[in-house]
Amino acid sequence: MPTEYNFPDTAAKNAAGEFETEKMSLSMGPSHPSTHGVLRLQLEIDGELVTKCDPVLGYLHRGDEKIAENMTYNQFVPYTDRLDYLAPLANNVAYAIAVERLAKLEMPPRCQAIRVIVCEMARISAHLLGLGAYGIDVGAWSIFLYTFTEREKLYKLFEELTGARFTTSYTRIGGVARDVPVGWTEKVDAFCDQFLPILDEILSLLTRNKIFMDRTVDVGVISKADAIGYGLTGPNLRGSGVPLDLRKDKPYSGYEQYEFDVPVGATGDCYDRYLVRGEEMKQSVRILKQAIAKFPGGDWYAKDAKKIFAPPKDKVLTSMEELIQNFMLVTEGPQMPPGEVYFEAENPKGALGVFIVSKGGGVPWRMKIRAPSFCNLSILPKVCVGTLVSDVVSILGSLDFVMGEADR
Amino acid sequence: MPVTAALREKFPAVTTRASTDHPAVNVPAAAVVAALRYLRDGQGFDFLTDLTAVDWGTDAPVRFTVVWHLFSTTSLGYLRVAADCADNTAPAMPSVVPLWAGAEWHERETYDMFGINFPGHPDLRRILMWDSYPHHPLRKDFPLAGIEGELSDPEVAAETRAKVIAAPMAGGPFVASPGEINLTEAEPRAKDESWSEASEKPE
Repeated sequence: MPTEYNFPDTAAKNAAGEFETEKMSLSMGPSHPSTHGVLRLQLEIDGELVTKCDPVLGYLHRGDEKIAENMTYNQFVPYTDRLDYLAPLANNVAYAIAVERLAKLEMPPRCQAIRVIVCEMARISAHLLGLGAYGIDVGAWSIFLYTFTEREKLYKLFEELTGARFTTSYTRIGGVARDVPVGWTEKVDAFCDQFLPILDEILSLLTRNKIFMDRTVDVGVISKADAIGYGLTGPNLRGSGVPLDLRKDKPYSGYEQYEFDVPVGATGDCYDRYLVRGEEMKQSVRILKQAIAKFPGGDWYAKDAKKIFAPPKDKVLTSMEELIQNFMLVTEGPQMPPGEVYFEAENPKGALGVFIVSKGGGVPWRMKIRAPSFCNLSILPKVCVGTLVSDVVSILGSLDFVMGEADR
Repeated sequence: MPVTAALREKFPAVTTRASTDHPAVNVPAAAVVAALRYLRDGQGFDFLTDLTAVDWGTDAPVRFTVVWHLFSTTSLGYLRVAADCADNTAPAMPSVVPLWAGAEWHERETYDMFGINFPGHPDLRRILMWDSYPHHPLRKDFPLAGIEGELSDPEVAAETRAKVIAAPMAGGPFVASPGEINLTEAEPRAKDESWSEASEKPE
């Protein structure tokens, strides 16, 4: 009587006498919990081992660039909310600065400070979501509940400032939609104070967590050369040890006034990318505290740019000149000179670039949005090969992408 | 020596390009790969941050221009490199995937949106639209509302008899054309002339 299992004679063996396995095609997504949206990975697997990975994008393609060519600059602001929809405020700011660069428009200090504050709040909010979702991906549910409690507090502050929790549409070309409400900066300050100890608590749930480390340390290692070659930006690039941060290297909106550190990883694995995001939130709090401490007074929009920024509402309703200004601005859009401009902002996901080709007038001839998530995802076919299927989930979460931005 | 002068010395056909912000150069299509390799290895522009194209309109003498944005992680500066596609009907541009692996998806997107071919690309497929999609949406002759066509999946199409239909917003969003001074002309109106008030909406 045989004591061990005998494979049927039909099972193929290779020259070395080992059983040959059959490669299997596995479609992961488009609606898989770990794909954070609608990304499909066409995997080819040999047992548990991934031998090929072909990402399929475009499920969320809206044609934002085509739409931008057909409307005035201000009309496009709400569309930027929906790029990286986890940090709409940062997108609003990046887009507005790009158009202002085209008009060579400098913002007054108060406007710049407001923009820095909302960008850093957006960064914290986006990283919190990324962290919570990553926790779920690798089997730590409780992180999500902690981070969303904090995120809710930020949403309350966003709502008070912009009128909307999610789709903020806060910036205008040449300024912001409205000045900060009385007492709002104090509330942000209070949020920062209570946030730091909570953040430490949240991170302590993961940083030395055995299960979390098993799933992330030395998983999905991206080398420095690969990170640069594939055009990775943001925490994913810094996780691989490249100390590139546009807030430091190409300061915009007055970032040069603030002191903060740029955290970088050592090995470029999933764990490093997690650590970088954790530290970045602390640095964002540092920037927020400084920006609030020296929050400047004065104008909060470019007052001289009469053909770009709408006049105050009370003037529109009482004065003829402002009424005409407002009418022209709404019908024809902010008047821009002809030219080409490319601006990148350091968004939570990486460098959000806007390339505008203008032939003059209120509508861009061509607008390209360089989405950081799109570039960050392009490394997947390289980094996923040779890993296990469960590691793919871990890698996806650590890249922290948003399909609204990748597909545009 | 500024990078544009150094590049011109090496490639005499290179010209300076008008730009509002960063230095910019025009490079002949034939010299693109050599010029970009020189910029990467000789001038420190090691980071390809963006690759895209511009359609200058159906009646433009040169219709398609491919634009690369390079960033230097050492000198922390940007450089815009542009090259015109010689052929307006079958535009093509040498691929830079051998220089930057990240160009692979950018070139796929540019091919998808503009129909520009990139000889030398390892796997030039559509990336945002589905493989069987017949149009290139960012071309200026593609209407904003879209074009009616077949679904990507023939089985689903046969089962549901559904089609890809043009956008039901019928000509919106409402915009003004650039450079118009006449206020009557500049009134908000549908940019898509085929669906304006003058001609009937499709069913």
